[in-house]
Amino acid sequence: MARLPVAAEQLIEQYGPSLNYPPKEGYAGRDEPDKEVKTHCCFCGMQCGMKLLVKENKVVGFEPWMEFPYNEGRLCPKGVERYLQNNHPDRLLHPLQREEGKGFRQVSWEASMERTVAEIKRIQSQYGNDAFAMLSGVSLTNEKSYLMGKFARVALKTANLDYNGRLCMVSAGAGNKKAFGLDRISNTFEDLERAEVIIVTGANVSETFPTLTHWIWRARDYGAKLIVIDPRVIPLARTADLHLPVRPGTDSALYGAMLKYLADHDMLDHDFIDNHTSGFQETLDAVKDYTLEWAEEITGIEKQKIELAAQWWGKASTSFLLHARGIEHHTKGVDNVLGCINLVLATGRIGRPYCGYGTITGQGNGQGGREHGHKCDQLPGNRDITNPEHRKYIAGVWGIEEKDMPGKGLTAYELIEAIHRGEVKGLISICFNPLVSLPNNNYVREAFEKLEFYACIDFFMNETSRHADIIFPGSLQEEEEGTVTSAEGRVIRIRKAVDCPGEARPDTSIILDLARRLGAGDKFNYQTSEDIFNELRVASKGGTADYYGITYQKIEDNMGVFWPCPSLDHPGTKRLWEDKKFNTPDGKAHFNPVKYRPPEEVTDAEYPVVMTTGRVVSQYLSGTQTRRIGKLVDNYPEPKVEIHPLLAEKYGIRQNELVQVTTRRSSAAFPANIVETIRTDTIFLPYHWPGRKSANQFTTGSLDPISKIPEFKVCACKLEGLGTFHEPSTNSAAYKSS
Amino acid sequence: MPVTNYITNQEFFVDMQRCIGCKACEMACAECETNGHESMIHVNYIDRATTIQTTVQVCMHCDDPACANVCPADAITKDEFGVVHTANTSRCIGCSNCVMACPFGVPKKNETYDLMMKCNMCYDRTSAGKKPMCATVCPTQALYYGTREEIAKMRPNSTPVNNFIFGNEKVSTKVNIMMPKGAVELRVD
Repeated sequence: MARLPVAAEQLIEQYGPSLNYPPKEGYAGRDEPDKEVKTHCCFCGMQCGMKLLVKENKVVGFEPWMEFPYNEGRLCPKGVERYLQNNHPDRLLHPLQREEGKGFRQVSWEASMERTVAEIKRIQSQYGNDAFAMLSGVSLTNEKSYLMGKFARVALKTANLDYNGRLCMVSAGAGNKKAFGLDRISNTFEDLERAEVIIVTGANVSETFPTLTHWIWRARDYGAKLIVIDPRVIPLARTADLHLPVRPGTDSALYGAMLKYLADHDMLDHDFIDNHTSGFQETLDAVKDYTLEWAEEITGIEKQKIELAAQWWGKASTSFLLHARGIEHHTKGVDNVLGCINLVLATGRIGRPYCGYGTITGQGNGQGGREHGHKCDQLPGNRDITNPEHRKYIAGVWGIEEKDMPGKGLTAYELIEAIHRGEVKGLISICFNPLVSLPNNNYVREAFEKLEFYACIDFFMNETSRHADIIFPGSLQEEEEGTVTSAEGRVIRIRKAVDCPGEARPDTSIILDLARRLGAGDKFNYQTSEDIFNELRVASKGGTADYYGITYQKIEDNMGVFWPCPSLDHPGTKRLWEDKKFNTPDGKAHFNPVKYRPPEEVTDAEYPVVMTTGRVVSQYLSGTQTRRIGKLVDNYPEPKVEIHPLLAEKYGIRQNELVQVTTRRSSAAFPANIVETIRTDTIFLPYHWPGRKSANQFTTGSLDPISKIPEFKVCACKLEGLGTFHEPSTNSAAYKSS
Repeated sequence: MPVTNYITNQEFFVDMQRCIGCKACEMACAECETNGHESMIHVNYIDRATTIQTTVQVCMHCDDPACANVCPADAITKDEFGVVHTANTSRCIGCSNCVMACPFGVPKKNETYDLMMKCNMCYDRTSAGKKPMCATVCPTQALYYGTREEIAKMRPNSTPVNNFIFGNEKVSTKVNIMMPKGAVELRVD
């Protein structure tokens, strides 16, 4: 029974989110810590190096880690404040069990484990193994990501395991595999430094990856031209050499027109195209009608700007193209990615110094987490769960029969749909807050309410875990050893700084305990995180994401190692494809034809305004962590809807007036922030909040046909000024989820 | 004299172009317990309705500091390295003369403590050979702390300027603002 046991307000009162501030005089012992632990930020894919200061088993502050080469001490506000999630009053300290009408009751580990295992067995014997599903997340280390994949297939014996990377990098991953046969950024960010032209498209770098801004400016200091493609004047766009304010959902039309322009004006690298690629002619044929005039009509960008962008890109001798969720969160996310790759391949600027391309991975371990098998179609080393040879190899590593390994399962949103249809009855989740992060979240909540049993592993009670029958108190990033892989493909060490508080346990030990109780203990015989990593190394050996040559010691000695690293004497790979040998079966990079198609939901007379969603600098994803840190919340307490003055005038909306925003899925009021820094046909809502403050009550559950990523970045809405002005809402009202 | 490792050839450079308004500087500054978890650096929107541009204001550490000159209690002093220190807590009478006198609007009166508080360029860090916290964490290096040679090499299109003209008044500062190449002063009329 996954309904809330009591009103959300009552749970919020007891379990938060409440705000943690440091004491005015600072935490005791900050000046004389017992130790400084060199580790990495727990938030985004940049994985900035930092030192946590520890006194008496408590994290009491941070110090910049000047020597770590990517960020050299630089941090964003989330990195500065992250230490405050440790010693947080909301921290879950004991296993909890749902009690109807009362809330949650503290129970023993033994009781919570036994109940969970009994429910798993009941559901699986009654409805089949796949009726019990698992959802995971990529804030987890490589070791834990690998473990979740193995646990689901070997102990839980279900095909239905997927992860929150499904909302993050899957469009990029699918596009990169099609074009290059491998899913990693081609160069490190150091190679931005001497790029002549940089395109940043659909990536709010300065708010979501603030420390990457430094590397872009390094290039600009040497004269690089910066082109930013975004519906808003994001902070990076303010000083850009060229800003293309694209209408949400039309990115592929822009890239198609630019490709046609490059071909029409012979700004192509014929040698590269002829010798190292395939599919160019079909790709060109697909865009033969995409004139600048047509593109202006579709994208809303002046054709002169499109032409200038194409000219700069065409004439450059070095370049870097970066994209992120802005182009990937679409029903044509993969098409958008391929459209970008086509521009890179046409000019042959890849596999060379200062010539790079890549997605900017969003989550902390978005890169490593998407390589080692907690994705429904994947096995470690970025292997394919439907490939007989891949299955056989991994079955061997795991010590099971290949026939006993489940096949491909449902993707994250499809899983929710299957729960809603009553096909999946039980769920265990870790590191995922679907009620905030999935689209059309009223529908998602209905699905959770239908579950017969839901167990959740987390360190705070978030909006989704309030629906759980059993909550296992897990660990923060700083409470377990491990590795992650940054957006650059750099495998780095996460250090344990402190023990878990109270009865909370490391995530790994919870999974190992469950595996043992499910009768698979002999397959999960690890003493340390390094044991798991060493098995992962073997499991990845020979795959495209080959970690075999990476050891804890090697990471330590080199401040990280870049995969692929196939042997112990291999130095790692900073720059891919310098030999022009791509990882596709024919060794060539593949052009892929991209025909423009509109987004799933377009504006009409009833819903005439485009809505797009994104992030703000002081919050992170679903906010489970950052909505609990006082100063981050003070900086941006709740979402406002950004509206252009012309659009606001049309509806008579004034600054801070409450605006009723309505889509086909939901309706709620937000204060207006009237700004000229957004397109006149588009509104923006940040998505970090739940319930009535959530952006994802509005978004559609339409998925990309290949990557199955939801279309978070465009839907149709209508607006109505309510004539009343904004008063800050209470925590309960803002965070209510039912 | 206490022993100090203050590195005298390092200076502070501010480049507003690079500021993304993230407030990492404010939050890192506030981490200093001597500030009582208040930030001594301030990030503000210029005019959010029309632009996303922000400014960042740190104490400019004037050569001839107006704040110190107008202080009736001699609470504010400039040291041999040119750092203008925050008000000596035992002397400050909370009169706010300095708040009104500063041409850059830096000192703030903290009503709770009845004291003026302002940036002392992280003296605890700079005197130990480290960089100030704000300039260390700034993710875009809009705040940079280092030598003139370093900044000249890294940012060939910009020039550090530390002369400011307010009407008929010229103010020279220890902190530099990065301006377009060739600029020698910033006129604020």
